[in-house]
Amino acid sequence: MNAPFEGIGASVRRKEDLRFISGRGNYTDDINRPGQTHMVIKRSDRPHARIISIDASAALAAPGVVAVYTGDDFANIGGLPCGWQIHNKDGSPMVEPKHPVIAHGKVRHVGDPIAVVIAETKQQAKNAAELLVIDLEDLPSIATTTDALKPGAPIVHDEAAGNLCYDWHLGDADAVAAAFATAHKVVTLDLENNRLIPNAMEPRVALGDYDRHTGDYTLFTTSQNPHVIRLLMGAFVLGLPEHKLRVVAPDVGGGFGSKIYHYAEEAIVTWAAGKLGRPVKWTAERSESFMSDAHGRDHVSTAQMAVDKDGKFLALKVHTLANMGAYLSTFAPAVPTYLYATLLAGTYTTPVIYVEVKAVFTNTVPVDAYRGAGRPEATFLLERLVDAIALDMGMDRVEIRRKNFIPRDAFPYQTPVALQYDSGDYFATLDAALKSADYAGFPARKAAAAAQGKLRGIGVSTYLEACGIAPSKVVGSLGARAGLYEVANVRVHPTGSISVFTGTHSHGQGHETTFAQLVSDQLGVPLSQVDIVHGDTGKIPFGMGTYGSRSLAVGGSAMVKAMDKIIAKGKKIAAHLMEASPEDIEFKNGVFSVAGTDKQKTLGEIALTAYVPHNYPIETLEPGLDETAFYDPANFTFPGGCHICEVEIDPETGVVAIVNFNAVDDVGRVVNPMIVEGQVQGGVAQGIGQALLENAAYDASGQLLSGSFMDYTMLRADDLTNITVGTENTMCTHNPLGSKGCGEVGAIGSPPAVINAVCDALNIRHMNMPATAEKVWSIINGRAAG
Amino acid sequence: MYDFAYQKPATLAAAVAALGAEDAKAMSGGMTLIPVLKQRLNKPSVVVDLSGLGLSGITVTDSAVVIGAMTTHITVANSGEVKRAIPALAALAGLIGDKEVRHRGTIGGSLANNDPAADYPAAVLALGATITTSKRSIAADDYFQGMFTTVLEADEVITSVSFPIPAKAAYVKFKNPASRYAMVGVFVAKGPSGVRVAITGAGQGGVFRHAGFEAALAANWSADALRGVATSADDLNSDIHASAEYRAHLCGVIAQRAVKAAG
Repeated sequence: MNAPFEGIGASVRRKEDLRFISGRGNYTDDINRPGQTHMVIKRSDRPHARIISIDASAALAAPGVVAVYTGDDFANIGGLPCGWQIHNKDGSPMVEPKHPVIAHGKVRHVGDPIAVVIAETKQQAKNAAELLVIDLEDLPSIATTTDALKPGAPIVHDEAAGNLCYDWHLGDADAVAAAFATAHKVVTLDLENNRLIPNAMEPRVALGDYDRHTGDYTLFTTSQNPHVIRLLMGAFVLGLPEHKLRVVAPDVGGGFGSKIYHYAEEAIVTWAAGKLGRPVKWTAERSESFMSDAHGRDHVSTAQMAVDKDGKFLALKVHTLANMGAYLSTFAPAVPTYLYATLLAGTYTTPVIYVEVKAVFTNTVPVDAYRGAGRPEATFLLERLVDAIALDMGMDRVEIRRKNFIPRDAFPYQTPVALQYDSGDYFATLDAALKSADYAGFPARKAAAAAQGKLRGIGVSTYLEACGIAPSKVVGSLGARAGLYEVANVRVHPTGSISVFTGTHSHGQGHETTFAQLVSDQLGVPLSQVDIVHGDTGKIPFGMGTYGSRSLAVGGSAMVKAMDKIIAKGKKIAAHLMEASPEDIEFKNGVFSVAGTDKQKTLGEIALTAYVPHNYPIETLEPGLDETAFYDPANFTFPGGCHICEVEIDPETGVVAIVNFNAVDDVGRVVNPMIVEGQVQGGVAQGIGQALLENAAYDASGQLLSGSFMDYTMLRADDLTNITVGTENTMCTHNPLGSKGCGEVGAIGSPPAVINAVCDALNIRHMNMPATAEKVWSIINGRAAG
Repeated sequence: MYDFAYQKPATLAAAVAALGAEDAKAMSGGMTLIPVLKQRLNKPSVVVDLSGLGLSGITVTDSAVVIGAMTTHITVANSGEVKRAIPALAALAGLIGDKEVRHRGTIGGSLANNDPAADYPAAVLALGATITTSKRSIAADDYFQGMFTTVLEADEVITSVSFPIPAKAAYVKFKNPASRYAMVGVFVAKGPSGVRVAITGAGQGGVFRHAGFEAALAANWSADALRGVATSADDLNSDIHASAEYRAHLCGVIAQRAVKAAG
């Protein structure tokens, strides 16, 4: 019997799932260190207040208490750094207020840490935290994005006048104005992108450890990028040299972006472990997650498209207010700028675009990248605008898309907003999705639903995104303070099994399987002989982690480069052993052979020779078979596709049911179709959640109203129907795999498909997300504007 | 949670005695109490676990379904006898919480807690049930005293609930999308004590009877009879999920669906 195919293109079951589903995962909270103490954080329940005094004497005297720390203890330590600097229209840098590790002087959002209590047990720490006497003087506060810039609005940071973080723009304002002046029609749409709370299944955890004999610090943390945390915390916050700081991110239970950032708790436990000479552990309670994990989205925009009489897009103008929250989280400034405005060409040939973005501070939890990060906001705006144009022009929603698509033969395609798309075929994904969704059969289904008293609607979204984040030189010129290459170390062991050390991080994506398939395929070894190692700066080379759908496109490409080096070296060893020229050695299916002969050596034999170099070209070749490659791509990758959603609305209650969902995406080369299907389904589920249910609700003062699962509506399985996933792939032209990435496409493409369907069912021009039952009912009953 | 003493008495008398202590708290399934303790929202001196009292079980007679206070929701939901006698009651029990909650939560615990969005209070009120305690028997109409409030005294333990078997009954629940508690839950019944309609989840004061719906249905037991019968939004809840006006509207819609379901 032949061995089952396990290489690129096989739906291999995930290697990691046995330990996950049998409770044998090793998550940060599963880790305990000898002599460990427990930290509890006293957080602000006020949106904005001056800290008058903190009396910790009773807390310090409570049983088991080891220490209490406040902002005063961190006053001379660096604030949490921001990793991306945006410049204003006039070239000046954005306002970047210090983000204290523990609030100092003022608290600026509900959830801002005021003090930490460290005790022998968590229970004792909690008891003592209740004994802290904290005197706060309330200050006027602001939570609403649209109100933040209004004259007289309460000011979050003294150094940010008018709450403005930056006033940025991209594109050609004059060309857009000229096009608007002569256009047949200018279609305008006001829309909001609702604030979301990520809610990874595993709450954040941080455990700091310090070895007083060596001076080594170790931080165990729930992170998507342990090296980034080591760099940010070591260099910018605590001043620890990197060789004395190890960051371990073991199994991580979901991130969706929220675990990219360097958070205060990581710095506090690491610093305190050194101070106390004992390990310090903090585990978030779910209510803390709601008020301390970076939130997502929160844009308010006006979009305007100039069109000719045939519906051809002539010019796009967008104005967006983006809520940063109370402080700048690690990558926050990049989200509404370079991850958003650059995407506003979408799949269309709009020749000129101008985008203005004002980022504002408010007394809310910091906002940063959340699955899709900027691209869902751009896609929602554009795909809703296209439907509004079709409606205003009396045109078919699908035909107007086709009319404006970038032609198949136009790639590489330079957009007017900086990006150059390398490949794509939007007609193919659209056609496949229309077929998959039986778009042609919709009128009959609508009529059947109407006969049952239901309102049925269908919505199409033809989206594009940029991921595989990506070229260091490009992102550096745009303000990134980090490189965004990736690295892989492929270590072939003496007997031919392989460990691969990757700088990317798996927190649910299935890297241990996908990457092992890639290596198995390229080096011709069984899947069982390949292990993927990630998540420990003490083991892996300096990589940038996982976000922006970059792991396969960038990290996988680094792996291919490292394997190329392995093969090249193996050929030299094989040539020596078989007394041939390296140029005559072929490598295929794990075997080195001399072309035109039956002489061959397996990879295992070559590896053994490399480590036992008795018969070896030692004068010209180092021993060992262990290669590292760094890969910095030439461009982003550009997945795209078409999502079609069909909804049925109960007009009596306003409840929206998803009855059909079809996604056809172009994600480039697929390594594991099952994992891609799961990634797309998960992303679509999150997009449907945003469109119908989720909303981080603040009152006008900044009290978080949706601070638990009792009030924050997470999507459940019964809110969904089956999500049909297909692919129509074109290859990425600039990375060795051809892969584009699939982690975010679901969350990017789906929200406008859902709202387009809801608007179709209700026969209205627009409604903002989430389309909750009450909002829909209000529209049906004329109580609210559509 | 704060420290507390724990007792698991073996007799009703011992339980009543234990509950006489200051700040004592009775626990049946613990599905509300334990989360509240974990959030440090309650600081009992002693938690009195009622699971050792032998209060679970279902008895069905020609005229009533009698359910022991410690009977879990899943037991009621799966009971063939309850399904035959009052199918609406079994169906309601199957809608409570999630599977884990249904295996731990009890009817007595739900009624003693009287969460304004709980399901059982609607059944008790609409079916005109009688609640038997360690001290007395209490008619449903006398029992509920506003949200999280009942006539139970601190050391009074519910032992069983007796539901008269109706001719027709149904419960329809419009769930809060986040919590999945009732945003509006309507129980309609046509039974020995006439037509009764109880609504949970909607009212600021917890479960209530809807006089307008009852009068309309008494005259004409049909969903159409409820069309145009107003529900005042004045005393209804308003929150980020639903305004009082929306809840008032849903009362009518859900009541009509309940009548249709009851047949």
